[in-house]
Amino acid sequence: MAIFVDEKTRVVIQGITGREGVVRAQLMKDYGTNVVAGVTPGRGGQEVYGIPVYDSVEEAREKQGPVDASVIFIPAAAVKNAALEALAAGVKLLVIVPDRVPIYDVLEIARAAEESGARFVGPNTLGLLSPGKAVLGMIGGRAQRAREWFKPGAVGVSSRSGGMTSAIAYYLTKAGVGQSTIVHVGGDAVVGSSHPEVMELFEKDPETRAAAMFGEIGTTQEERVADLVEAGKFTKPLVAYIGGKAAKSGTRFSHAGAIVEGNRGSYDSKVKRLREAGVHVVDAVADIPAKIRSLLG
Amino acid sequence: MARLYEYQSKRLLREGGVRVPEGDTASSPAEAGAVAERIGAPVVLKIQVWVTGRAGLGGIRFASTPAEAEDMASKMLGMKVRSYVVDRVLVERRLEITAEYFAGLVMDDALKCPLLVFSSVGGTGVEEIARRHPDRIVRFPVDIRTGLREFEARNLVRRAGLSGGIQLQAAELLTKLYEVARWYDARSAEVNPLVLAADGNVYAADCHLVVDDYAVYRHPELGIEIAREFDRPPTELEKIAYKVEQKDYRGTFYFFQMADRVPGSGEGLYIGFHGAGGGGSMMSMDAVLNKGFQLANYCDTSGNPPASKVYRAAKVILSQPGLRGYFASGSGVASQEQYHSARGMVKAFAEENLEIPAVIRLGGNYEEEAVRILATYLRRIPGKVEGYGRDDPPEFCAGRMAKLIEEGGGAVHAVRPMADPEIAAGAYLFETLTGKLAVDHARCAACATKGCVEACGPKILKLEGGRPVLAIGKDEARKGKCTECLACEIYCKFHEKDAITIVLPIPGLKEYREKAR
Repeated sequence: MAIFVDEKTRVVIQGITGREGVVRAQLMKDYGTNVVAGVTPGRGGQEVYGIPVYDSVEEAREKQGPVDASVIFIPAAAVKNAALEALAAGVKLLVIVPDRVPIYDVLEIARAAEESGARFVGPNTLGLLSPGKAVLGMIGGRAQRAREWFKPGAVGVSSRSGGMTSAIAYYLTKAGVGQSTIVHVGGDAVVGSSHPEVMELFEKDPETRAAAMFGEIGTTQEERVADLVEAGKFTKPLVAYIGGKAAKSGTRFSHAGAIVEGNRGSYDSKVKRLREAGVHVVDAVADIPAKIRSLLG
Repeated sequence: MARLYEYQSKRLLREGGVRVPEGDTASSPAEAGAVAERIGAPVVLKIQVWVTGRAGLGGIRFASTPAEAEDMASKMLGMKVRSYVVDRVLVERRLEITAEYFAGLVMDDALKCPLLVFSSVGGTGVEEIARRHPDRIVRFPVDIRTGLREFEARNLVRRAGLSGGIQLQAAELLTKLYEVARWYDARSAEVNPLVLAADGNVYAADCHLVVDDYAVYRHPELGIEIAREFDRPPTELEKIAYKVEQKDYRGTFYFFQMADRVPGSGEGLYIGFHGAGGGGSMMSMDAVLNKGFQLANYCDTSGNPPASKVYRAAKVILSQPGLRGYFASGSGVASQEQYHSARGMVKAFAEENLEIPAVIRLGGNYEEEAVRILATYLRRIPGKVEGYGRDDPPEFCAGRMAKLIEEGGGAVHAVRPMADPEIAAGAYLFETLTGKLAVDHARCAACATKGCVEACGPKILKLEGGRPVLAIGKDEARKGKCTECLACEIYCKFHEKDAITIVLPIPGLKEYREKAR
């Protein structure tokens, strides 16, 4: 078990013939991801690393059979269309890698996903990886590194930073602690699967026995994780680090934001709420592995 | 986020059918007087800056006559508010206010939809009022597909306790506010106060829209100079950096200055910071600040940028005088090939003949090669450069920074003038995506290894008569087949005859440095 993806998940890559698509298709395939097709409008009939390319997600499904997940490498301005296309074709998991997707486009994707009972990770994400099984996106960069850095095990990792997703998983591996699934939830203000949603999946995953979370200042994600823990909806040991302690606190301009979020979003608020809920908040990322080990016993 | 000024926001609202007070902006006292004259009634003057609490700063004043308006404007224009000098005031008809409300739109990250907030109390200190009287605040999650419908707005206002004509007017204003916000991709929009005036009409008396950075490209008509989050106007150097980013879609380059002014004398232990990736950068900044340093700037090059982009970032960072050290660090386990960043820094540091110490943490793919590149090619510059990888935590690296500065004898970075690179007459030349590459073939005769061809990342060079030339069309090289990896230049400079010059212009930086000196 793992969350989101395992070696059986049938995957298409939208934008497979582009600059990033080609390189990451190789990573995914080499790592063992079950990539069944690629999609680039107008490029149907080509192949990329032996992966057949189709003109649309619908065509890929017609020719290759069911599609469980789509990884999107499309310029930001065209992401909404690509995501809606995948949802319309019945795909239940999207990984939206590109950065700079307009926020209203993300909200439209979220609305459509909600309606079709689908989830999405990102945008602005490196993706996710279930060690030894599959990778969606570009975590690890190259299959050989991904195999060296990440090992199968019992700890789920969720991070708002792509690099820190890899870093935390790597430090766990070095400490002899394997991972169930590592997820970069994406760096934007609104993302498809935020920390609390990922934690709910880790809760249900029997393989995951503990979780590590890299939070950051801004948004209400970490506070909502604290709410989950307090409500008894996340019961596994959780170790968290919050980045941005020393960041210059910007002047708050939005009264509406302040009214809605109250004090949520700040470093102090996040740490306080998580600690109140019984989450182990560490002061350095390097402290995560030891803490996790002690909690796993 | 791309903030709009009050006067810009109000113009958009007015065009969207929202009633705003009659008025115009003025950049001189005479203009202010003329606007007041046109209005022909008592006016209010408001400084146009991105700060809250303007009234308390003397940034909002009233005038009964045009002469008085002129006098007020002369006091307000040129006022210094934080790091901002007031260069514009908004002169508006003064409203006789009967009641003040609040309306705002934000993006709700939990519900994943726009959230409209309305409060039957508004004006200064609305957050505090909201905390004390949560019952006065109502919220409504807007369905992105339908937009805010009239009856939804009406019910929202009704639940906040408004009835009669004011209910209808406020509801209408809300639907129009939403339409304007949606049209302009505003990630936040607020009207505070929304007022009921003695004339029986509802007005947006103040308004602030913040346009989504990622959607600014859809609205060239707004003339937003830098689509980035700033709480002040961008500095000259930030504008230069932003132009670099705009001209190169490969990877991301983000730069902003954190200190108003770094003392050129080197007091205050300012560090030039060069991160990679938001989370890793934040963690690394925390580590540096915890060692008692101050940051001159924040910078992030990530998303697999080419060496040329990292080079330009380093050149921008090193355009700040007074630095005591250069610290580069990201997550430590980057998916991108780290030798590109290493080469970018090698070219920049060598050109600058860097005198301050640098700690470069380049953990991730091919970090061993990245560290080796730094160690090999930066041995001879005066500043000591240390390269680290994924197993060296940022705290340790920040400690090394402190140690090197302590041992370095107090070197302070002085900004050098930028010299135009010399291109030999008759050199072999081709253009790259953002620059050009010249090979002085006359020097190649004495070259023993011809190692540039092998060093070339994308393998686009070949030997012709013992001299390197493109193995592909010049057009292909210009369109990006030459990835500007800088490997050929670095090889040739350090191992052979220094025949290759890669010119990577940074528009405006030369002039900026002249001024900064």
